[in-house]
Amino acid sequence: MAEISKKIDRITFGLLSPEDVKKLSYVKIVTPELYDKEGYPVDGGLMDTRMGVIDPGLTCRTCGEKLKECAGHFGYIDLARPIIHVKYVRVILDLLKSTCRECGRILLDDKEIAKHKTYLDGLDKRDVISRRRRTKLIKESLKNIRKCPHCKEKQYSVKIEKPTSFMENDKRLTPIDVKTRLDKIQNLDAELLGFNTEHAKPSSTIITLLFIPPVTMRPSITLESGERSEDDLTHKLGDIVRINQRLFENINAGAPEVIVEDLWDLLQYHITTYFDNTLTDVPPARHRSGQPLKTLTERIKSKEGRFRYNLAGKRVNFAARTVVSPDPEIEFNEVGIPKQVAMDLTVPERVTQWNIERLKKFVEKGPKTYPGSNYVLRPDGRKKKITDETKEQLLEELQPGYIVERHLMDGDIAIFNRQPSLHKMSIMGHRVRVIPGRSFRLNPAVCYPYNADFDGDEMNLHIPQTEEARAEAEVLMEVQTQLISPKHGLNVIGCMEDSVSGNYLLTREMNLSKEEAINLLMNIGVNDTSKFKKFKSQVTGREIFSILLPKDLNFITKNRDDEEVIIKDGELIQGTIDSDIIGEEGGTLIRKLHKDYGEDETLRILSIIFKLGIKALEINGFTTGINDTDLEEELVNRIKQVVNDTNKEVKNLIAKYHNNELDAMPSKTIEETLELMILQLLNKVRNKVGELIAENASPKNPTIIMANSGAKGNILNLAMMSALVGQQALRGRRIEKGYEGRTLSLFKKGELSPKSKGFIESAFKEGLDPTEFFFGAMTGRDSLMDTALRTPKSGYLYRRLANALQDLKIEYDYTVRDANKMIIQFKYGEDGIDVAKSEKGTINIKGLIREVTGK
Amino acid sequence: MEEYNITEHNFVPKHLILDEKDVVELLKEYNISIRQLPRIFVTDPVAKALNAKKGDVIKIIRKSPSAKEAVFYRVVVNA
Repeated sequence: MAEISKKIDRITFGLLSPEDVKKLSYVKIVTPELYDKEGYPVDGGLMDTRMGVIDPGLTCRTCGEKLKECAGHFGYIDLARPIIHVKYVRVILDLLKSTCRECGRILLDDKEIAKHKTYLDGLDKRDVISRRRRTKLIKESLKNIRKCPHCKEKQYSVKIEKPTSFMENDKRLTPIDVKTRLDKIQNLDAELLGFNTEHAKPSSTIITLLFIPPVTMRPSITLESGERSEDDLTHKLGDIVRINQRLFENINAGAPEVIVEDLWDLLQYHITTYFDNTLTDVPPARHRSGQPLKTLTERIKSKEGRFRYNLAGKRVNFAARTVVSPDPEIEFNEVGIPKQVAMDLTVPERVTQWNIERLKKFVEKGPKTYPGSNYVLRPDGRKKKITDETKEQLLEELQPGYIVERHLMDGDIAIFNRQPSLHKMSIMGHRVRVIPGRSFRLNPAVCYPYNADFDGDEMNLHIPQTEEARAEAEVLMEVQTQLISPKHGLNVIGCMEDSVSGNYLLTREMNLSKEEAINLLMNIGVNDTSKFKKFKSQVTGREIFSILLPKDLNFITKNRDDEEVIIKDGELIQGTIDSDIIGEEGGTLIRKLHKDYGEDETLRILSIIFKLGIKALEINGFTTGINDTDLEEELVNRIKQVVNDTNKEVKNLIAKYHNNELDAMPSKTIEETLELMILQLLNKVRNKVGELIAENASPKNPTIIMANSGAKGNILNLAMMSALVGQQALRGRRIEKGYEGRTLSLFKKGELSPKSKGFIESAFKEGLDPTEFFFGAMTGRDSLMDTALRTPKSGYLYRRLANALQDLKIEYDYTVRDANKMIIQFKYGEDGIDVAKSEKGTINIKGLIREVTGK
Repeated sequence: MEEYNITEHNFVPKHLILDEKDVVELLKEYNISIRQLPRIFVTDPVAKALNAKKGDVIKIIRKSPSAKEAVFYRVVVNA
């Protein structure tokens, strides 16, 4: 291809006039035949070598270049009759409606023409929006003018008929009629209708010469059988040439008008589907196999089109995708990679005199034994596959300057990603750990930033191939650099589930013997024996926890119970650790460690805290079962009492309503007031019961432990299992759907009792009665539908927001500006706070003072 | 009904028209041309109430939950 020596300054869009087409073309297509008997492209055929070449060996007859050097040249077909361009029917309609059918002038008097013209001329050239708005206004105002202000001719209304015909007073306008009208339109008038007449004439919307794209744009494929398979576009163009030829012959032979018109319509159909084969009222043109042809519009449009598939979509090598599964034994910043995958993905390593011996071993092992290699790159850029045959030769010639593509090994950097990538934490750098099996492994603690679970999720893995890429992945993307989210300044990686429960129990009540304590710590990788010296024969959980903390850590915070947690000189002296201290999103201890000790240290400490929780739980033993929901008889009675009281209250309210004693609340009817009051009462029941259970529950109850530590679940979940499920609501109201005036046929019409409107008195453990179950199913179905419908909707909403904001940037003067350097905000977020360095967007002044004063 | 002065409403932040000297200073402070400022239509109710003309710069002092007061500038443009 010729060297590009010009830079694009600007692009103008316009319509090609027949003269333009002729000027840009090198060939006139006259025959539908493609190849002659020797298989050589026919002159004047669709594969004419003057339009470029697709066979190796042939040269282009226009520019003399060979395959891949000649980008191709255009041709044209002389159409026997003009054809409407489908993509311009709306434009043509506007033109027909806005101009006189006789004299072709715009349907405005001279005064108004002048008025609009001065407005449009006065506009900034770049102000396309105002220009478009005004031309639209002009077209709108011309819709109902029945008489031409210039020649006084009467005007009729024009309508579109199906895809490409125009009807005037039930009489069809042929493309010839349309063209004669458009030809009459003066440039000045066309400009008022939004045409830039320099680049687009109204009559160019009608095709008289069809522009034919070069063969390089529609290459044929040679099948294995030696048969040629033409591109869809070539097929379509062949149809057009054939019909066009027949149309010419019939016209010249003086065939009856009916036959000519039929052929004309057929030509119109073929040219229409050549441009767009997905129109609703046009049957798509098909292959012999019945599969629709892929014509021009389909090449460009939508997901599989040129823009989204080829231009915006980037495909890469050195990537892998499989199912992910958990592995709590690997580090947070590691990713487990199956050996099979590790033998396919490679890292290029440059041979030097210092590593040649090591790299030779990889080459020697070849592609089939594990730490081997797949390719060797010679300094001249040639790539050699390592096989049993090439191996020895390659080993011999290997010398500094060569590059060996060796298998992935432990410690290599990989980029790991899960879609949808809504975050920067959706793509992080991990260290490779080659493991047996067939799935990627990741530490459950990094599920949260990826939003991954293990119900079949798949993730992608990429191996950076240059030193620069590897350095970037390590410095900017590795897991420890992503601990704090820039959206709220809180940690996105922390302890979860069992680890939280375990640390909670450990620091709340566990006491271990010295042996047990040391065993536990050694188990999680703490092997600095000097730390164990202070242990007495009995060791508290807090002492064990403290071992993991830095010696000089001083920190005071509050846990979920609002109890103060005090860490002094690296000793946890008061308070129980829970999810507010070490959990995801707002683990205050993690935030503190990150600030004072840096990301690497934080990740190390966090990792052992995580393991400590799990091992502690293993020692203590932890299980949850149905007997967690058993309540004492006395408590059951009290709950019953609460429910009965509420039922009575509701009854009283209803009675009051029936006796007209109820006062309406402001801006509400009496019925609405009653509903509101009942709903409030019923909603309160579940909370009250929850409180009762929380007050009386044993702190040894595993479900309670999980709820209190913030590991999983809450008291209300427990209340629903053990005491009552509570009021079911649809759209914030009690259930009203069903029959007329009642929810189910077994209730009386107009019944307002709790039971008949979806209040479930039973608990899940004791079981629901049929009506209760039905109401539960109603709300269950509703919420299922809701989530199923909301997820894609909010996803698209977020995507649009992200696209709208993507190029906003904070400048050095703290202003927020867009790509045009327009100011969006004068001070970022009004306060100039870097959210990533804050806690939830604010600065913890109290903590700062405490740090500085040491109190 | 009596005409209500919207600038007195509690929800409307304080709007002031900057004099020319302050405008020059503002543009210098941010090293921008007047086109780079956020815009406000002359037809905007507040602009009308202030009787602002095209090209005027309006200073807005808003209440902010995180910064107490936030200053903002908008240039008046034709609708």
